[in-house]
Amino acid sequence: MSLALSVFTIVCVFLGAVFFLAGTLGLLRFPDTLTRLHALTKADNLGLGLVVLGLLPQVDWPLGALKLIAVWLLALLAGATVGQVLGGAVRPPPVSGAGESTP
Amino acid sequence: MTEFLLGAALFVLGTVALGLIRILRGPNDADRMLAAQLLGTGGVAVLLLLGVASGLGAVGDLALMLALLAAFASVAFVTGVARPQHQPKPVRDPDPLPRGDQA
Repeated sequence: MSLALSVFTIVCVFLGAVFFLAGTLGLLRFPDTLTRLHALTKADNLGLGLVVLGLLPQVDWPLGALKLIAVWLLALLAGATVGQVLGGAVRPPPVSGAGESTP
Repeated sequence: MTEFLLGAALFVLGTVALGLIRILRGPNDADRMLAAQLLGTGGVAVLLLLGVASGLGAVGDLALMLALLAAFASVAFVTGVARPQHQPKPVRDPDPLPRGDQA
């Protein structure tokens, strides 16, 4: 049982690290700000989420695990808010607004 | 398990430090802010990994604080800096867009 939990931790933390690497590469390689924001939010949500999910079997159950989940939920909320407001701030003028039918 | 978690923390720290290149060569301030946001989220992941690896529970509190401060930094950036920068933006207008003028 302990071996299975260790393997679960290793797999999840490894995948989270891969997502952080992918987010960094996207932040460095993508052509403009909105696509970089896209890559960054993937690293935010999935990278940190997989790291937290992998760390869950390693902490004591009621309090430590709940604190990890609270950290991840706060990061999710902050990432979603920052993505919206930053995307709205750097959005080009409504010449190329695709989703807006009424100005 | 401790060695793996420490290695994963070092790896995530390396990718986040690599992402800081975007601060050096970001074309505008929003790109630099994206790299800072990645630093915040990656720092949270690194602190969580270090906290579980070392068994110190207080490091998780540091991660929670860093997540909060990263969110505040981005919101302060959007409300303070990005809006005056957004005013002289219609440099993009002389682009002859092929499908723009239908509405």
